[in-house]
Amino acid sequence: MRLAVMGAGAVGAAVADLAGEYGHTIVALADSSSAAVAGDDVGDGDGIDAAAALAAKREGEPLGEADPADALEADYDVLVEATPTTLGDAQPGFGHVERALERDRHVVLANKGPVAERFGEVRELEEQSAGTVRFEATVGGAMPVLSTIEDFDPDHIDAVRGVLNGTANFILSRMAAEGLGYEHVLAEAQDLGVAEADPTFDVDGTDAALKCVIVANVLAGEDREYTLDDADVQGIEEIPGSALELATEDGQTIRLIGEVTPAGEVRVGPRLVPEHGTLAVTGTDNIVQLETEHAGRLNISGRGAGGPETATAVLADVGRLPEL
Amino acid sequence: MSDSTEDVRAYTVRLELVDEPGELLRALEPIADNGGNLLSIFHERGNVTPRGHIPVEVDMEATPERFDDIVDALREAGINVIQAGAHTYSESLTIVLTGHIVNTDLSNTLSRIQESTAANVTDLSLSAPEGTEDVSSARLRLATEEGRAASTLSTVRAIAEEKDLRVIEPLMGGGAA
Repeated sequence: MRLAVMGAGAVGAAVADLAGEYGHTIVALADSSSAAVAGDDVGDGDGIDAAAALAAKREGEPLGEADPADALEADYDVLVEATPTTLGDAQPGFGHVERALERDRHVVLANKGPVAERFGEVRELEEQSAGTVRFEATVGGAMPVLSTIEDFDPDHIDAVRGVLNGTANFILSRMAAEGLGYEHVLAEAQDLGVAEADPTFDVDGTDAALKCVIVANVLAGEDREYTLDDADVQGIEEIPGSALELATEDGQTIRLIGEVTPAGEVRVGPRLVPEHGTLAVTGTDNIVQLETEHAGRLNISGRGAGGPETATAVLADVGRLPEL
Repeated sequence: MSDSTEDVRAYTVRLELVDEPGELLRALEPIADNGGNLLSIFHERGNVTPRGHIPVEVDMEATPERFDDIVDALREAGINVIQAGAHTYSESLTIVLTGHIVNTDLSNTLSRIQESTAANVTDLSLSAPEGTEDVSSARLRLATEEGRAASTLSTVRAIAEEKDLRVIEPLMGGGAA
């Protein structure tokens, strides 16, 4: 497949980097200010030199001579939307999805915004298009969460819960293990590159909530549309070390847990879980539990974030797309 | 069979005690003497009745026959038994409260949880490493009747919200394994 990649951050760059290994060609790569776009007469295997474009970006140069808008009009089969997640109108990601579908091309999302905030509209656009929209990479990084739900059939999944933010999980597991305070561990996480300079969405629960909202949208199908506003969200910023101590004394610990309950509520907040239980993953790991109707509980755990990790989910989606 | 350990159940009695030294001990003796296993005693000192009595709620385990003997013995001893009944406190919930717990009147928080839910506070641990004026944490174990855990939690959330405390809830319905 020929891929146009919108967004050249950790995920977009890793998709561009790994696409060749999976037998795909990058025909366009754009960030917010420039783009590298292959010529019109690209045959299979004649894409852009993504490595060179990314090397230029690392040097502070533009990716290429084209405009980001040119990448949207390039001759691709699949638009990979990997620009940063935005809330509300989910722009510019939503506009990119819209344009690709209007052109009857497939879309693979790593950006959570369009499917968390405007799921119904994305589905409508998809219905009118020959293209398909997939978004495995939006929930749980490398973990096959949405494709597993799809395989089981959303109607046969009663509830979903799990640890869906590696930064928050790192902070809570360090606080419990070392008896350190929140601010101290957050600073450490930033030094290690585990937490971003602005970790707000990770620690206030928004990131985990967006993932749960996406899961809720998939589970509800056409019955109901969820947005972030439908989620009950609490973060971990105000958890004192003493709370973790008291939990540990009782054989428990605290994790930021996101849930889609059997009643269809979306909740994210710090919860007590057994200290050595399945959900108490440590470090930046993520875990998702599916309550299936006929097959009991299913656990999926692994790396929930990271460039190459998330890129593998994007490329897995590309592999699931039908030929146009 | 009736006295086998399998037949032991949880009971709650509500007593009203005269505010005099030794009254609480006098109320507990008939329970111990008749083979009741005390689980918790909730002494609502701040909640005196119009008659000047102090309400006390006692949770215990006993066989049904022994429980009848206990209630009889309490009444014979002149203790005011307001309510005596079987509760199937089959679910135990642990929560952690954080925030200005001490400044917002912990005992009031606890008695409001007792009064407005079908739960009993059976255990409490407080951790205030920065002193009681600062943010602290309390771990509460609540015994609730079967099927009432969710409604208990939602009441606890409302009480906590009013006092600007945060509730760290147990994860319901999963993750226990």
